[in-house]
Amino acid sequence: MKDIEAIAALQDPVRRRLYEYVAAQGREVGRNEAAEATGVARTLAAHHLDRLTEAGLLESGSRRLSGRSGPGAGRPAKVYTRARAERAVSLPARDYRTAAELLAEAAEQAGLDAGLYAAARRRGEALRGSVAPCGGLEEAMEVLAARGYEPRLEGAEGVDGAEPARAGACVVRMRNCPFHAVAERFPPLVCGMNLALLEGLLGTDGPVRARMEARPGECCVVVEAASKNNED
Amino acid sequence: MTSSAHAAHLAELNVATLRYPLDDPRMAPFVEMLDPVNAAADTAPGFVWRLVEEGTADATGLRPAGEDVIVNLTVWETQEALWDFTYRSGHLEVMRRRREWFERHVEAHMVLWWVPAGHLPTVGEALERLADLRAHGPSPRAFTFASSYTAVEAAQHLQAVRPEQTARSERPTPAGDAAAV
Repeated sequence: MKDIEAIAALQDPVRRRLYEYVAAQGREVGRNEAAEATGVARTLAAHHLDRLTEAGLLESGSRRLSGRSGPGAGRPAKVYTRARAERAVSLPARDYRTAAELLAEAAEQAGLDAGLYAAARRRGEALRGSVAPCGGLEEAMEVLAARGYEPRLEGAEGVDGAEPARAGACVVRMRNCPFHAVAERFPPLVCGMNLALLEGLLGTDGPVRARMEARPGECCVVVEAASKNNED
Repeated sequence: MTSSAHAAHLAELNVATLRYPLDDPRMAPFVEMLDPVNAAADTAPGFVWRLVEEGTADATGLRPAGEDVIVNLTVWETQEALWDFTYRSGHLEVMRRRREWFERHVEAHMVLWWVPAGHLPTVGEALERLADLRAHGPSPRAFTFASSYTAVEAAQHLQAVRPEQTARSERPTPAGDAAAV
């Protein structure tokens, strides 16, 4: 399916709510859960989830949600996750990705890391639009969400959904890398650029700080309260 | 994966030219990261082996490619395991700050090749693969992340041509790999 047709599938408001709910979970979501979360009937949710899968926006699989297996565990339930493929439409046609890849390739060859990081930091500061650094993790989450990073608060132990004991024990992790395609091709260069951008955006002398903590499948930066593990 | 693919492991060599001696204060942040990053490698999924100088914790004292050139020689179960460790672990922070500590390489500084599972490559063998990549561009004998070959392709390549008769590839090295670190 063409990108424009896939994106057009989201025009239906119910379908769009379902897509946004599944995408925000970052894990497999069953039909019942999706129906309850969006306040529609299960059969309607199932219909739209399957339409989203046909459009290539979700991927579906089957899983025994009860955790049981073997005889008596019941029929596997259909589950959905966000598809990994990127969808974009630009009218008129634009191709900034090729430009980004070529510029990154040239910067990589010429060893322009320091200049790129400086430009990214300046851009982050300009985007912040204020002299004061970011005021706390909650504000940081809003800023990051607005830029598409899909942030979530995580306990220091790294357990998803665990109730954090105190704010200082938490880190903000980001599910989405806005620079994914170029970051995969030129990781040190582009991930370093991303860190510098976030340092500019959040400030380096305020209550929160960004630092590198790369893990597979996520943005390589975490944001945390600056009081702990402060370097220097 | 086929059984023949399981019987192969991915070897990796990278070389880095030091801007200052390792005991220079400007290298201290790099030296401090050596132990934790090596420890992370040792426990990383798919890690098989890394070269260590006898009686030390790493290979930074070995200088087989030049006085000021440190080498890193490792073996992994899959290319994905190596990629995840290189770019999606604490190792990425070392890569991000590479220009502070290492000279920029004009030629390829990293080479990948398949070895039979259980085989631990020697430094000489690894440097030959790097020379092969630099001289002939990526091939199933010596390649990069951006120009990779599967273990099956490498095995077919070996069967099809004896090494001395190998048609030398004229493909240039993709720039994305040539300058990393």
